[in-house]
Amino acid sequence: MLSVKLFNITTIAYFGAMVVFIAYLATRSRGVALVATIVSYIGFALNTAAIGFRWYESYQILGVDGRAPLTNLYESVVFFSWTIMLLYIVIDLKYKQRAVGAFVVPFAFLGMVWAQLYLNDAIDPLVPALQSNWLTYHVITCFLGYAAFAVACGVSIMYLIKAGKEEKNPEGSPVGGLLGVFPSIRVLDDINYKAIMIGFPLLSLGIITGAAWANYAWGTYWSWDPKETWSLIVWFIYAAFLHARFTRGWVGKKAAWLSVFGFAATIFCYLGVNLVLSGLHSYGGS
Amino acid sequence: MTTRDKSFFEHIWDFFCSLKLAIATLILLAITSIIGTVIQQNANPQEYIQEYGPTAYKIFVALDFLDMYHSWWFITLLIVFAVNLTCCSIKRLPRIVRIVAHPDKTPDEKFFRTLGRKGEVETSLSAEEAAGRAAEAVGRLFGRIERTDVDGRICLFTQKMAWSRFGVYVVHASILVIFAGALMGAFWGYKAFVNIPEGSSSDKVWPRNSNQPIELGFTVRCDRFDVEFYPNSRRPREFVSDLVVLDNGQEVLKKTIEVNDPLTYKGITFYQSSYGPMGNPLFHFKVRERATGETVEVKVRQGEPAELPGGAAFRVADFTEQFQNFGAAARIELLPGMTHEHKPGERHPSFVVLKNFPDFDAQRGGKYIFSLLDYKQRYYTGLQVAKDPGVWVVWLGCFMMVVGCFAAFFLSHRRIWVVVQATDKGSRVLYGGNAHRNQPAFEIWFENFSAQLEDAVKNG
Ligand code: HEM
Repeated sequence: MLSVKLFNITTIAYFGAMVVFIAYLATRSRGVALVATIVSYIGFALNTAAIGFRWYESYQILGVDGRAPLTNLYESVVFFSWTIMLLYIVIDLKYKQRAVGAFVVPFAFLGMVWAQLYLNDAIDPLVPALQSNWLTYHVITCFLGYAAFAVACGVSIMYLIKAGKEEKNPEGSPVGGLLGVFPSIRVLDDINYKAIMIGFPLLSLGIITGAAWANYAWGTYWSWDPKETWSLIVWFIYAAFLHARFTRGWVGKKAAWLSVFGFAATIFCYLGVNLVLSGLHSYGGS
Repeated sequence: MTTRDKSFFEHIWDFFCSLKLAIATLILLAITSIIGTVIQQNANPQEYIQEYGPTAYKIFVALDFLDMYHSWWFITLLIVFAVNLTCCSIKRLPRIVRIVAHPDKTPDEKFFRTLGRKGEVETSLSAEEAAGRAAEAVGRLFGRIERTDVDGRICLFTQKMAWSRFGVYVVHASILVIFAGALMGAFWGYKAFVNIPEGSSSDKVWPRNSNQPIELGFTVRCDRFDVEFYPNSRRPREFVSDLVVLDNGQEVLKKTIEVNDPLTYKGITFYQSSYGPMGNPLFHFKVRERATGETVEVKVRQGEPAELPGGAAFRVADFTEQFQNFGAAARIELLPGMTHEHKPGERHPSFVVLKNFPDFDAQRGGKYIFSLLDYKQRYYTGLQVAKDPGVWVVWLGCFMMVVGCFAAFFLSHRRIWVVVQATDKGSRVLYGGNAHRNQPAFEIWFENFSAQLEDAVKNG
């Protein structure tokens, strides 16, 4: 399938972008940063094309039963990588902080590698329960939310590294070396908050569309199955994050930790529930 | 005495208004919710004892871990959460209403000192002239202004999206609305199921956790059930039921339901959820006697004997809908007929007839040539039945949450004040503004605004 080949090239592009971003941290050359950014944009374009092709191929293989490629673990992982890059590009266009790429692109790369090496890329027809437009809305909103949290987690890691170093240099001299190209911790804290501000409503929408779908398919919008419960746990964590900003002391480092922690819960919600716990959802076991 | 009472009450009030409690509750909800995802909920006692041992089982029961989302302590946590939300909003809402409904349109100098973004210009224009030009500039760059004259000062005021201040409160209210909808569903709704064989009807459904059926007050009939498979696959593509609702003996509603497309009547919704076979399938064969060329059509159920011309008989011994990718196949067993002498220990000859290959059996060279014209498996349709009068309230809450979140995060209440006062040389223009969100964007906007405003009111 052409789409699988395109996904392979996408993976290589993300790998290349990641390496060049890390080279940028080492060299602090703006030219290198530009190359890294361009490579990551190319990767994103390839990722987009690959998803488009897979959609097209589903119609070739399944005829009228073709469908948006958002229905099994493989497709969700490559879509997750795509959403991470989309959110990364939004943040890149707004803040133009190139170093952020070194901490966000690896998430997209890891997703692609995992999908390409270990997941089943067959295009299978859908069981009746999954034949619903709600599935598409649900997956898109959830993953855009997750991607925003991935970006927040990336900048939070940068924050923690940079803030940790600055504490060790109490003279207030700006830290050099690798950290020289990091955005200031104020900007990192701001991006963290902004990304979560984007992610939280999207996650809310994701949970709501999931509930709407469940209600439409079998008449209960909420049944406390592990996947639903974990998405609610993630939602609680980020709600706590938003409120914690109002009380003193929960900006900066604590907020960064909470963001990293929230993303860990997000990943568990996405993968752990299927791979570790069992549930009703379709992504398990494939 | 009264003062001590009051302070005690105030303590409680402050406790339930505090944001610390909110964060603690959110984190507690997040942590405790994990339990129910690790320990399976509402399973059989034996399963728990087998997996965790009897002691752990007793502890789980004591702590309500086996149905934790309905346990007293989890519900208590949710109530604390709701009370917290309500108190906190009641406490803060009046201030927001004041800000929105009664903005300070005639600010004094002290007020300007508290503003983050502000400026001041002296001009030789008269106060009236300067105010006119300022109003024009503000109108062009921001929006319509209101003018108030007090104590010889001309005060201009304008604001945008004041109502976005309520976004947070809409989000908070949405959670209470969703809770209300969930409670309505819990008190006045039910979840049940019913299996209806094709051609039959039912006026009762069976709730999940009781043997007592619920009367629907009308009848549901299933005229047809059908399951369709993907080509060359055992994976169902869709299953559908033709349902008819009969109220007082009258057909009032007809719909073909399928998974993800239910039928609703009088607030009760029927969801296609499962199916199963009812009894043996009915086969329709064409049988030709090779010698005479005489052809008969036979309808017979699986397992039952059927007679053939010439005195022989057969039965369908076995059937599958998918025989090695050849499609539906029936295994036929010839039986000793009326005239045929049965020898003890004789094995009945049996062979396979394929529905998709009607001429296949002719090659067998038997006395009779069978073709399977059709078969009909009777099914029952498995319906999930739900009545939830609160579901619209829940959707209303969800809608409020999304709209509220959008307003809370992405809309900003922005205000601009300009105060013009006559001086000896002309007039003095004080101006300032603030935004309750997205400060960096407002800062950039304000810089441009301040340059243009100062330009407008400067001499000439
Ligand atoms: C999971 C439930 C909750 C959700 C989804 C939620 C949502 C929100 C959102 C989206 C904001 C705006 C945050 C921001 O501007 O960054 C907010 C602010 C706030 N929330 Fe909540 N909230 C929840 C629970 C609570 C509770 C239980 C309290 C009780 C004290 C509370 C008190 C506040 C306060 C005081 C603010 C700041 C309001 C202001 O800007 O004046 N929230 N909430």
